[in-house]
Amino acid sequence: MADATPSIAEQATIWRKLVAARIRADWQYRTSFVLFTVSQFVAAFVDIAVVLVLFTNVDRLAGWSVAEVAFLYGTASLAFGLADVFVSEVEFVAHHIRHGSFDRFLLRPVGPLLLLSGHEFAFRRAGKVFQAALVLAVAVTQVDVGWDAARVAMVVQMVVVGFLIFSGIWVVTSSIAFWAVEIREVANSFTYGGNFLAHYPMEIFSGWLRRLATIVPLAFVSYYPALWVLGRNDPHGSPAWLRFAGPLVAAGVVLVARAVWSSGIRHYRSTGS
Amino acid sequence: MALIRLEAVEREFAVHQRVGRVRRRRQVVRAVDGISFDVSAGEIVGYIGPNGAGKSTTIKMLTGILMPTAGTVRVDGLDPQRARTELAMRIGVVFGQRNQLWWDLPLRDSFELLRHVYRVPAARHAGRLAEFVDLLDLGPFLDTPVRQLSLGQKMRGEITAALLHDPSILYLDEPTIGLDVVSKSRVREFLARVNRELGVTVILTTHDLSDVERLCSRVMVIDLGRLVYDGTVDDLKARHGQYRTLVVDLEAPNGPLAVDGAEVVRVEGPRQWLRFHRDRKTAAELIADIARITPVVDLTVEEPRIEDVIALLYGRAEKD
Amino acid sequence: MALLAAGRFPLHWAVAHRSFRRYSTYRGATFAGVFTNTVFGFIQAYVLLAVLGQRGEVGGFDAADVVTFTFVTQGLLAAVAAFGPFELADRITSGDVVSDLYRPFDLQSWWLAQDAGRAGFQLVFRGVPPFAVAALAFDVRLPADAGVWAAFVLSLGLAVTIAFAWRFAISLTAFWLIDARGFVQLTGLVFLFFSGFVVPLGFFPDGLRAVAQVLPFSAVVQLPVEVFLSKHRAPAELALVLARQAAWVLVILVAGRAVLARAWRKVVVQGG
Repeated sequence: MADATPSIAEQATIWRKLVAARIRADWQYRTSFVLFTVSQFVAAFVDIAVVLVLFTNVDRLAGWSVAEVAFLYGTASLAFGLADVFVSEVEFVAHHIRHGSFDRFLLRPVGPLLLLSGHEFAFRRAGKVFQAALVLAVAVTQVDVGWDAARVAMVVQMVVVGFLIFSGIWVVTSSIAFWAVEIREVANSFTYGGNFLAHYPMEIFSGWLRRLATIVPLAFVSYYPALWVLGRNDPHGSPAWLRFAGPLVAAGVVLVARAVWSSGIRHYRSTGS
Repeated sequence: MALIRLEAVEREFAVHQRVGRVRRRRQVVRAVDGISFDVSAGEIVGYIGPNGAGKSTTIKMLTGILMPTAGTVRVDGLDPQRARTELAMRIGVVFGQRNQLWWDLPLRDSFELLRHVYRVPAARHAGRLAEFVDLLDLGPFLDTPVRQLSLGQKMRGEITAALLHDPSILYLDEPTIGLDVVSKSRVREFLARVNRELGVTVILTTHDLSDVERLCSRVMVIDLGRLVYDGTVDDLKARHGQYRTLVVDLEAPNGPLAVDGAEVVRVEGPRQWLRFHRDRKTAAELIADIARITPVVDLTVEEPRIEDVIALLYGRAEKD
Repeated sequence: MALLAAGRFPLHWAVAHRSFRRYSTYRGATFAGVFTNTVFGFIQAYVLLAVLGQRGEVGGFDAADVVTFTFVTQGLLAAVAAFGPFELADRITSGDVVSDLYRPFDLQSWWLAQDAGRAGFQLVFRGVPPFAVAALAFDVRLPADAGVWAAFVLSLGLAVTIAFAWRFAISLTAFWLIDARGFVQLTGLVFLFFSGFVVPLGFFPDGLRAVAQVLPFSAVVQLPVEVFLSKHRAPAELALVLARQAAWVLVILVAGRAVLARAWRKVVVQGG
């Protein structure tokens, strides 16, 4: 008999198989599949189109050039897009609880989070990842930066840290469903809202929003590290070490997310649906 | 050591009722009110009761979905509260009205996916699947998308899916609901075989009492969160089924027969059904009494039906 | 609209009322929606203010205009429902619509009544709270006088009707596409972008703005908010704006009926 807790490799296989199954199932409805994928891809471009439209009216936004804002946009959106592909499925907890189908996920010898992610995978979300990568690639060539190994590494770190932060936010806000399934939508303010916010330099926001963006650590996704990469100063005088605090913040977010999710499952199992 | 042991298990729910426009009143409902039982390996147990009696709640606690508010639950030595994933490897669950198979994909794909979820080695899985394909005649529709299967085919698929990882316990929640007579019989046969040949312990909740009669060695009746009967089906009928029914075909239609110690419950032309208490009158006495009134062409004696027995039990529990 | 007059009005009113009541029971979702709209409103407001920056005005909008614009459009979002729910499309996909088509009343006006109830609820309960919060945090601009208020209310009514007419027509494509979700999403995006919701049309470069003026979507968001901002004070101007909206209402409703007729023929001929 196999061991009760699957190894990382086993979990990866299970996830892969579930995702493949989901794609095969969705492919049965070909037209819808294609249309949805196309629309998501187009939708992704609307986002950056907005930024470009805004820049037809000004040269600089709070002192940031269009390329610099595109850099913020690219890193944040890429991180967000990856989280959207692999982790956003956790949003469906609310749907399953409402329809009484969440119990199924608790009957398997695998964590429900993994099952949800594989089960509710949607291929169309990948569109955003490609679009973001494209924008980031262009931005990287357009900004006035002396690219060295350290800076390149920092960009990679930004995406990884951002991915973990957005994933954590997704898990934590989706867990609301365990306690109050009707207000699940509040999560969107933090996930999609967070992505929106991280496209722009923190300077444009009022003090309270900047502080909020440091606690729900959106500022660590793109802004703080970008300050270092782009060689910019923070007019609000934040300490320099914040720009390198990404990994630490991400680790904290992951721990918090795990705790909240476990707590949510425990609550579900002790109060029933 | 029993395979499944429940001791003084309770489960309370807080129900919020809206009083007026804004305020809510909190009520505590005891869905399970102190249930204890043991199930040994190899039994087939029927777990029945009226709607809302606490059946699903008990099953949820046995499978680890829900935690009891009091008492202990041990399944195969494990506490479902703490060892959920470990327990999940050893049990299979089938919900009659909610399917766990992948809707748009061929049945075969669901089996393959579950193989990965339960980490069953390919060779062992293939062998076992072949056995079930044979036993349940799954061959013809193994490659059909689940959404196109009939109810009977889907149920066979679900049961197979629940057993492929070689669990020691199988829980079924209303497995024969909506099935035609042939399919029902097939499913029962299969469950009996699985129990006999593979030693799988089966816990079955159902509203179809013929499932219980044909399949279960033991039946537990639950009502209002309490166990009101725990024993064999025969004992149940013997102990609580005191009324037998005599069906007589008279030579000519007659008004309801007035006989001492018996009550006419139904009349259809020349045929009448008479209920009598087994201890107060024998069938022979009754037949003799009737023959004195009017010529009898044919007769049968019907033993107590489990539906009547259960109805009596439920009714009794309510009065308590 | 003669159908509304022909003694059917009680029915339509009942439908609208029931729809309003139904949405009022979704308390949690309404709260969550208001929360989200408010958060997005703040972020968007700051972005637009940053664009305004030193210049102080863009496309005839100053700081107060831009903030007001942002929160009024956020408030309108739920009522306009560019992304759904597309209940009609779902009913077409599932086939339930066939029984609707056999009923002795007009499908379009029935759904209009239903949508009116929903939109009414959301205009008030999703529309007002975010704006109220904004009024506390920013300097906002309120309509200059009662005349402007009245025009705004009218404009809102027309805007929501255009949105409905559009959604109705789009939903009907499900008769041909079967699963219209992907298409619906795509159109929703175009709708939002060209309605001025994402960025006020005054911020668009000239070419893009010309395109937006030609499309009906600007009549749903940009126009009513311009009215609210008292950008059109002269009665003649106001009348023109309202006339433009009314024209779109007519055009899209009629187009919707034409599509419905074709769909009906398809159902009758092919059996759905």
